[in-house]
Amino acid sequence: MEKFQKITGVAAPMPLVNIDTDMIIPKVFLKTIKRSGLGANLFDEMRFDRQGNEIPDFVLNKPQYRDAEILVAGDNFGCGSSREHAPWAIRDFGIKCVISTSFADIFFNNCFKNGILPIVMPQEVVDTLMADAEKGSNARMTINLEAQEVTTSDGQVFEFEVDPFRKHCLLEGLDDIGLTLAHEASIDMFEEAAAQSRPWV
Amino acid sequence: MTAPKTLYDKIWDAHVAHEGDDGTCLLYIDRHLVHEVTSPQAFEGLRLAGRKVRAPEKTIAVPDHNVPTTLDRVSGVIANEESRIQVEALDKNAKDFGVHYYPVSDVRQGIVHIVGPEQGWTLPGMTVVCGDSHTATHGAFGALAHGIGTSEVEHVLATQTLIQRKGKNMKVEITGKLKPGVTAKDITLAVIGETGTGGGTGYVIEYCGEAIRDLSMEGRMTVCNMAIEGGARAGLIAPDETTFAYVKGRPHAPKGAQYEAALAWWKTLYTDEGAHFDKVVTLKGEDIQPVVTWGTSPEDVLPISAVVPAPESFEGGKVEAVKRAIAYMGLEVGQKLTDIKIDTVFIGSCTNGRIEDLRAAAAILKGKKVKDGMRAMVVPGSGLVRAQAEEEGLAQIFTDAGFEWRLAGCSMCLAMNPDQLAEGERCASTSNRNFEGRQGYKGRTHLVSPAMAAAAALTGHLTDVREMM
Ligand code: SF4
Repeated sequence: MEKFQKITGVAAPMPLVNIDTDMIIPKVFLKTIKRSGLGANLFDEMRFDRQGNEIPDFVLNKPQYRDAEILVAGDNFGCGSSREHAPWAIRDFGIKCVISTSFADIFFNNCFKNGILPIVMPQEVVDTLMADAEKGSNARMTINLEAQEVTTSDGQVFEFEVDPFRKHCLLEGLDDIGLTLAHEASIDMFEEAAAQSRPWV
Repeated sequence: MTAPKTLYDKIWDAHVAHEGDDGTCLLYIDRHLVHEVTSPQAFEGLRLAGRKVRAPEKTIAVPDHNVPTTLDRVSGVIANEESRIQVEALDKNAKDFGVHYYPVSDVRQGIVHIVGPEQGWTLPGMTVVCGDSHTATHGAFGALAHGIGTSEVEHVLATQTLIQRKGKNMKVEITGKLKPGVTAKDITLAVIGETGTGGGTGYVIEYCGEAIRDLSMEGRMTVCNMAIEGGARAGLIAPDETTFAYVKGRPHAPKGAQYEAALAWWKTLYTDEGAHFDKVVTLKGEDIQPVVTWGTSPEDVLPISAVVPAPESFEGGKVEAVKRAIAYMGLEVGQKLTDIKIDTVFIGSCTNGRIEDLRAAAAILKGKKVKDGMRAMVVPGSGLVRAQAEEEGLAQIFTDAGFEWRLAGCSMCLAMNPDQLAEGERCASTSNRNFEGRQGYKGRTHLVSPAMAAAAALTGHLTDVREMM
């Protein structure tokens, strides 16, 4: 997994509450054999009409938000099914951080597995960040995971909580595989010894 | 002196690459088998993270679950869109990541658990994994082999290790000799009938005893294949002369001095005198009869001479389960198992798709015809099994009897390719799972040995093969 350190980027406002996983990535895209490429269909039914044309009003279709790396969203983000396709789609689109007042549990967990930082903030902070996000592409928000701080485009700083182990894994870019690779020296040593003792393997 | 060890202990100890403070280990994996259904997202994960396959030379891929088994597959594309895409993805992933690959067009293609041993990839004392629960099959060689999920597939691809905690030791001993007409399939089903589908949960089973020793490698693979139906992630049989003879000369088995060195180590792979087992089950070989399953769980096993049991003869939650199973299977309580009529016979799968299985079925079928109206199908487990069966004249026996002679794949073992049961159709099947819908929506499955399947094909009902011998 890519290391998550500090990001400074455009935040897209999605004040809608209860954005579910079917909105994030509709069922028809689950038959895929991939987890990459799903960004093209992120929020598919909100983003495109039946003919596949972009709906200009949708936030991620607006020029100033097309490269958003942060999403500020309404309450209960990511509810619905357990599909890991939802975080895959978000990450593939380029969004690395989602801020809301609350998240669905499974989605929340799935985010960390896929290099996305979900941040829970109280309502008034989310309101402030939402207003900041609405300023468009000149307003860049900063997420500093190390310091556990969000800084708005006009310099207001808000602290957030994150589980220490998950923070560590995100900072180091560690997934299960990453954690195992931290023991790579042991694996190398094992392999060398085995090459001597069981060369036929 | 070191404490006596079981075979499982020995293989485990030889593969721990790292042990954490909490006892969680990184188990080094010697062979990773890959098929098209559980691997696409794992390879994709590697791509996304910019990782490589750590040991492509220890990774072997083959498409089997989705592939059609009809003769026209060679020329045509796979009609089902999703299946085609999965097979094509494996083609590409195998190429991009440089792993060993047997594409559909290769005569060596077949069911992953048949191809591995056949090509000499599976050797005694190895750790073997595959994103498929029937990986237990490879335990027949005295290899520690079990199924894993897609995220673990990715983990093994990237690190050649698996995060594991050690399981418990269970011994299943089959003493004495088998009676004529009784096969490895009957042993493994009888064991599940005895222990239940949860009996092996948390354990690695070592099968031993005279009846196991007497089995060929094919038979041993059949026994270990269904360890998972008994709840055990892995089943093992200590390697012996039968094993060494099977392995020797296989394309990827060690040769010359390396073979000698390997052999010396393989000979140390047995359970020491006095080693501790957490659980022991013993069956007498001479008591085992040809069995069939009547219900929708592999533990719903009875000798062919029995009748459909009454739900009240069970206890607890099983009473309801049995009621449901009898209704699903369309049976009557007290009905003789030999009175159950069959529409379809399927001989194949990683349980019973090897040459010996085809020989056993052909021996029953020789010079006879399947019952009128019967749909009967033989699907060899690999292209090489198919070729050998043709050479031995078995294919001719099958086709003369009225069986379809198919190309290798998982076929009707699971309803993922075109070979499926229609609603309500009843099948005598040599596969390993009789779950609701396993062979097709509302299809009904009776698990049997190849010889019993052949017997049912001739009579049109479940039949005691001993009457035909
Ligand atoms: S033959 Fe059946 S059990 Fe064996 S690998 Fe194929 S689908 Fe799984």
